[in-house]
Amino acid sequence: MSNILTIENLDLVLGKEKILDNISLNIKTGEVYAIIGPNGCGKSSLAYTIMGLKRYKPAAGDIYYKGEKITNLSIDKRARKGITLAWQEPARFEGVSTREFLSLGLKSRGLEVIDSKLEQALNEVAIIPGKYLNRNIDEKLSGGERKRIELASILLMDPKLVILDEPDSGVDVVALNNISDVIQDLKDNDTAILMITHSEEMLKLADKAALLCQGRMLKKGDPASISSYFRYECIPCKDEDYKVHQGVAAGE
Amino acid sequence: MNDYEAMVNAYKNTGGEDIFSNNDVAHLVLERDKIVGAHEVEGLKVDAKKIDNNKVDVNITVKSGYKIEKPVHMCFGVLPKEGKQIIDLNIVIEDEGEVEVVADCIFPNAVRVEHIMDGNIYVGRNGSYTYNEKHYHGDSGGVKVVSKAKIIQDEGSYMQSVFTLLKGRVGEIDFDYQAELNARATLEMLARISGYADDKVKIREAGYLQGEGARGLLDSKIALRDKARADIYNEMTAEAAEAKGHVDCTEIIKDEATARAIPIVDVRHSEAKITHEAAIGSVDTSQLETLMARGLTEEEATDVIIQGLLNG
Repeated sequence: MSNILTIENLDLVLGKEKILDNISLNIKTGEVYAIIGPNGCGKSSLAYTIMGLKRYKPAAGDIYYKGEKITNLSIDKRARKGITLAWQEPARFEGVSTREFLSLGLKSRGLEVIDSKLEQALNEVAIIPGKYLNRNIDEKLSGGERKRIELASILLMDPKLVILDEPDSGVDVVALNNISDVIQDLKDNDTAILMITHSEEMLKLADKAALLCQGRMLKKGDPASISSYFRYECIPCKDEDYKVHQGVAAGE
Repeated sequence: MNDYEAMVNAYKNTGGEDIFSNNDVAHLVLERDKIVGAHEVEGLKVDAKKIDNNKVDVNITVKSGYKIEKPVHMCFGVLPKEGKQIIDLNIVIEDEGEVEVVADCIFPNAVRVEHIMDGNIYVGRNGSYTYNEKHYHGDSGGVKVVSKAKIIQDEGSYMQSVFTLLKGRVGEIDFDYQAELNARATLEMLARISGYADDKVKIREAGYLQGEGARGLLDSKIALRDKARADIYNEMTAEAAEAKGHVDCTEIIKDEATARAIPIVDVRHSEAKITHEAAIGSVDTSQLETLMARGLTEEEATDVIIQGLLNG
């Protein structure tokens, strides 16, 4: 399988703080790649940088999508190439119905909006279409409901690379199964997924994983060993400990 | 094409349905000071007459106990590039009467047009009046709208007023509605306006909750771009037990647009309560980025967010 996403020596600086430090990563077509790490280690910042959010311009390094450099492309241009992002805390949209929101994914692909397609996408994330299509995506929907509707909108985009920022947070156990199914379906459809997660359940879906610590890629490998290392061997580290820690991770 | 056909066509061009040929629907069509169409239904009296150059007196009465089944359509407009229309509007909803009025104000070719509305509205005991005023202006910004209304609501009555201008230039709007509410009366006053270029929006909405258990909501949502400007004065006074009100003003600004929200909340009884919220700012970044991550350009995403706000 060829690399769909390649990140080379990426640095991100916000204010005076270095958030991402020399990150390199390859994700192949149809691969689920999990990023784990402690709170504040830069996982979401990595997601936002790949998606091209305005405030997340790399200070150094490059991002390639299907071999094409996209480091300086805007979010919408990256999205139209097939990259998208599901936020950890999906936005609320006052006055925008679920139908309208879902339609955007189809419209961006130049496709006709057909209710049956919207209903199918909602069913895949265990949302009852008849109950939700005309409801607005506002504060009356829970975070979990908005999260599933956002996933449905992503399915309708038919993306080639999806960045999922903690897809399991704020959803109930039943919905979690549906989200797992959606990830599996995407994977079966050769969509690559970069997934930020703390969940063992979600990690089981991953083909590879990486541990991020203080903005640096500490360890890469199979998900089980990375998770085990993070849970049982990783210690809260200060910057001066990093080199020692890195040595431990590398088995020195 | 006669004036009536021209007005109906202009109305249809705004997306309006063909309701004027329906005998079950009461209507009134005015082009400047010309009464070009009028139709009554049982329980509703529509009386319009020209009282001066450019000035028309309109009286609408819903008789006691009548519930007018279908919305009454009023279509007011100035079709030429220049012109003036002054309407003295008197609406009486007698006790237990109920009506919904849709007023379409159409100025598609305006370069220098004035539309002045002076309204007196009375909603009788347990009566209900829903007034939906929609404005369609052209793109030149040559419309000046001065709309004033004094509203008196009797015991247990309900009134909802919705003012919308979402297509075309605002030009200049000076909107001043004030309502006095007696016991258990309910008022909802909503404004939804989108302005750009050098449009000017001035809105004053005032609700005086004078009777026990009166309820009031003043809710303005304004979106401004370019060098447009808005000044929103929302005023709510509660002076009786169990009177409750809420004042809400949301404004999205882009470019060099400016907005001011001046809420006045005045509570004169220890068992009354009024709350208020005001938010002025640019388009929410997380909303913008979410939509852009679905492939919309920044401009398209902004349109979706603003339209959503104004529909909300």
